[in-house]
Amino acid sequence: MKPVNFDYARPDAVDAVIRLIADDSRTVKMMAGSQSLGPMLNLRLVQPDLIVDLTGIEELRCFSDGVDEISIGACVTHADIEDLRVTDVTRGALPTVANGIAYRAVRNRGTIGGSLTHADPSADWHSILAAVGAKVVLRGPAGERTVAVEDYMVGALEADLRPGEVLVRVVVPRLSKSARWGYYKSCRKTGEFAHAIGAFMTDPDRGISRAVIGATESRPVVIAKASNVIGDGRAPRLNDSFDGGAVDEILEKAGMVDPLDKQTHVAALRRAIEQARSQ
Amino acid sequence: MFEPSIAPDTDDKRGDGVAKQGVGASVPRKEDDRFLRGRGEYVGDIRLPGMRDVAFVRSPLAHARIKDIRIPPHLRSSVFIASDIAADTRPIRAVSGLPGFKPSDQPILAFEKVRQVGELIAMCVADTRAEAEDIAAAVEVDFEELPAVHDMLLARRPDSALVHEEWGDNVFLETFVDINMEAAYDAPIKITREISTARQSMAPMEGRGTVAVWHKRMDQLVLYTGNQQPHIVRNGLSECLNIEQLKIRIVSPDVGGGFGYKGIVLTEDVCLGWLAMRCGYPVRWIEDRREHLTAGANCREHHYNITVYADRDGKLRGVECEASVDSGAYSSYPFSACLEAAQIASILPGPYDFPSYRCRTWSVSTNKCPILPYRGVARTGVCYAIELMMDAIAHECGLEPYEVRLKNLVRPEQMSFDNITKKHFDSGNYPESLRQALAKIDLAGLRARQKKGEPDGRLIGVGLSVYCEQGAHGTSVYAGWGIPMVPGHEQATARMTPDGGLELRIGAHSHGQSMETTLPQVAHEILGIDIARIKLVHGDTEYTPYSTGSWGSRCAVMSGGAVATASRELAKLIKGIGAHLLQTDVENVKLENGAVVGPSNSVKIDEIAHTWYRRPQDLPATVDPRGLEVTIGYKPARDSGTFSYATHIAVVAIDPELGDIELIDYVVVEDGGQLINPMVVDGQIYGGLAQGIGTAMYEEMNFDTSGQPLASTFADYLLPGPTEVPAPKLGHMETLAPYTEFGVKGIGEGGAIAPPGAIGNAVNDALRPLGAQVLHTPMTPRRVLEAIQAAAESRKEKAPELAEGLPA
Repeated sequence: MKPVNFDYARPDAVDAVIRLIADDSRTVKMMAGSQSLGPMLNLRLVQPDLIVDLTGIEELRCFSDGVDEISIGACVTHADIEDLRVTDVTRGALPTVANGIAYRAVRNRGTIGGSLTHADPSADWHSILAAVGAKVVLRGPAGERTVAVEDYMVGALEADLRPGEVLVRVVVPRLSKSARWGYYKSCRKTGEFAHAIGAFMTDPDRGISRAVIGATESRPVVIAKASNVIGDGRAPRLNDSFDGGAVDEILEKAGMVDPLDKQTHVAALRRAIEQARSQ
Repeated sequence: MFEPSIAPDTDDKRGDGVAKQGVGASVPRKEDDRFLRGRGEYVGDIRLPGMRDVAFVRSPLAHARIKDIRIPPHLRSSVFIASDIAADTRPIRAVSGLPGFKPSDQPILAFEKVRQVGELIAMCVADTRAEAEDIAAAVEVDFEELPAVHDMLLARRPDSALVHEEWGDNVFLETFVDINMEAAYDAPIKITREISTARQSMAPMEGRGTVAVWHKRMDQLVLYTGNQQPHIVRNGLSECLNIEQLKIRIVSPDVGGGFGYKGIVLTEDVCLGWLAMRCGYPVRWIEDRREHLTAGANCREHHYNITVYADRDGKLRGVECEASVDSGAYSSYPFSACLEAAQIASILPGPYDFPSYRCRTWSVSTNKCPILPYRGVARTGVCYAIELMMDAIAHECGLEPYEVRLKNLVRPEQMSFDNITKKHFDSGNYPESLRQALAKIDLAGLRARQKKGEPDGRLIGVGLSVYCEQGAHGTSVYAGWGIPMVPGHEQATARMTPDGGLELRIGAHSHGQSMETTLPQVAHEILGIDIARIKLVHGDTEYTPYSTGSWGSRCAVMSGGAVATASRELAKLIKGIGAHLLQTDVENVKLENGAVVGPSNSVKIDEIAHTWYRRPQDLPATVDPRGLEVTIGYKPARDSGTFSYATHIAVVAIDPELGDIELIDYVVVEDGGQLINPMVVDGQIYGGLAQGIGTAMYEEMNFDTSGQPLASTFADYLLPGPTEVPAPKLGHMETLAPYTEFGVKGIGEGGAIAPPGAIGNAVNDALRPLGAQVLHTPMTPRRVLEAIQAAAESRKEKAPELAEGLPA
């Protein structure tokens, strides 16, 4: 269980990465925290000619705090967010979720951009970032483009990353003081991959209500106008408005047919809403 | 600095300070000084000059004919296949003497046919493991795929494909026992269930690994392998490599968990040995986790069709069972393919006394890796099956499960007791362990809580299981099995050093048993030497007496007994020299606190050792020429085994919407006879419990219909972690074993035996209001939800109008 022989580069700028990955004469893989890629290399599921290590690039390791949003570099670790080294604009949502990702050893190295690009449907970031309405910024030879987090995962283990592109930052909107959120994941054991995730965020002052059902077979199911499952977001108990039947139908339309799968996913979302928090 | 002699929590049972290190003292483990600092030495830590690495080409298919093996010409000298080694090696053949057994030949490297995924086809050697894997990837094998025998029940049908064509069927061995079964048929209660346990992988933290080198000066193959049974590996290697045992030395360094897997002679060991004898440099193979999960350490897969007969008052009248064990492709060395299934027949009656019994077992061959004996061996599955049935009887009779146990457990006044299958239960008070365990929970309170319901909607359940465990069984038991290994007298060497230190040498090996601490405690009890000055030498065939090794919960009894016997012999020799130095007769002296004490003065053991080795001129001509060194064997007064036992109680809370099971309380009350070191026994129970919880709730090695294993990493093969294993409430009873030194009983495997039964009964107790039950391990959320769903559907079918009013 050892990787194939590969070349290794650790550039210090995104431009250099873009030049290296443009070489289509050989198989190039970008590596951030290596918490998924490392095992895949060892199992020889990935057999690259060149690994481009992104963690030497300062731009990808910092964040910038704006008025309405915060930009988080792709190589910021889960632990950076958990430990509040990155300013929290989500009223506790991101640090709380980060704290539940796998184990601390994974969080110390695993990165937000790496997790999103690896595109595992069970990953926490896809669900909670979709719930808070975050976007990813991708940079390629032709410049930058911005994609909503829920659209970035095309399918299981497949991100909307075009040839020559690299994810550079995640943009997270600043939630208002009226915002509430919740997150519930069902795992067989601590730190294990989730079997069902429910996430939601409602921000009445900004007129936004989003609900997400994650850890499906593929991309998370996003209910972008979630007033039918959360109400207007101002009621003391948001779960009073929860319509499990409606969510069941949405899941069925999204291709989930197994009744027990639907039951657990509906329950995860309902429990996320029952646990509505505001900080 | 680590100082075991000043442990604050040890018992000073003699009041003189000395017993703080003796039998019964919770002395901190000597080996922890290196283990907890990360300074252990495992096979993977061994570096020899010029050492090269081996990777294997393994079969990707479960069942196929090998049509062709193509090796790129420039790599030919680095690759070895069956035809290269055929003249010098013999297949692994582990027979059983039980009548009707069909032997299998496990090829060292496969030829003609492969019978399991992961079977070795070629050995590739290179400077690094990565390069060896590159070579392995360049070897091409053409297969003609055959239908895979993937299910042990289908494998017994006449139309099944055959794993070993020459057999004519897929059964290693069928056994049958019938004791007065028909007398139970008039019982008013008859309950039948189909119960099964999943196939598992043993998953010790350290996998297997082998470093082999030919030692020119010693004219000897030296093979380092983390192993529980170094002498047995030497036997097996000698047979497979066709060389005499003088030319083989097995060294087992620190072992990071064994659980049975590290007793087995592997084809990899034979390959490395063969190569090291020819290549002129040391070679190494370190099993990786994928190899471990997919090609190696399978265990546990049982299937039971079981019927119990009982009277209305809960008295068990009889047990009738058909049991199958998926033994995999080959019979492994030394335990054979049949130990597990044949053991089911002899131990299914558990700790209960009843008059009628019938059991038929099949050891079935399939295209999976060989089944190996894992901590508890067949007992975990057997306990799960019989304990679920005891609860079914309780439910049928309207009794509490504990009441049914108390009606049927062997009673203390019956001890020692020969049970229905002629197992000789040596001692104990089984009902008392149950009563003490019950006292650690509030059963009435839990029943009231169940009636009331939980505020969070979860369902509470309580379940118990009781077992007894035969340990340290010896010659009389194993001679009957007829496998390549029969334990006889267990020997130990006790040898003083010139400065008064004591070396103990045993042929068993620790893979976590703490013997570097507990065996010095035994010697200390007799000789009074500070345990800091007693060193255990083990894990090396060159330095230790022959032993069948560490298995069957036998080391405390057998190695402990051998050390005690050798220490007593040594005491006589010490007293002989001491008496001379004190100028008195040996009848006038005693050995106390590390000194020989005479009527008026005393001499320390250090001085006695110094005299024997360094000042022989001070000794008389009549001195015993054995000096201060003894090798002697030990057998308990009766070798049918010790019977430790325990009651486990689990309290669970089930989330009926997600199927999650939480263990909210866990109780163990066990009787291991005299405990040499209670803290070590606690550790054994904690570790066993974790593995039992793994069996009950997490671990599952599934195969698809083509015989492909479906878990190749720990992402797919779930083990319980610290957050999944509750701190149990632990209670000890100490009924002395009648036939062993100090009354010690084997306890090593027990923790892993009872949890699936206790947790299974708790789960079914919780699900009873929904009419659901789970009869298969692991009890996953999915299986819980499916059981609830099935119960709801069956309610609808039976009485659609009634079902409306019941909880979903």
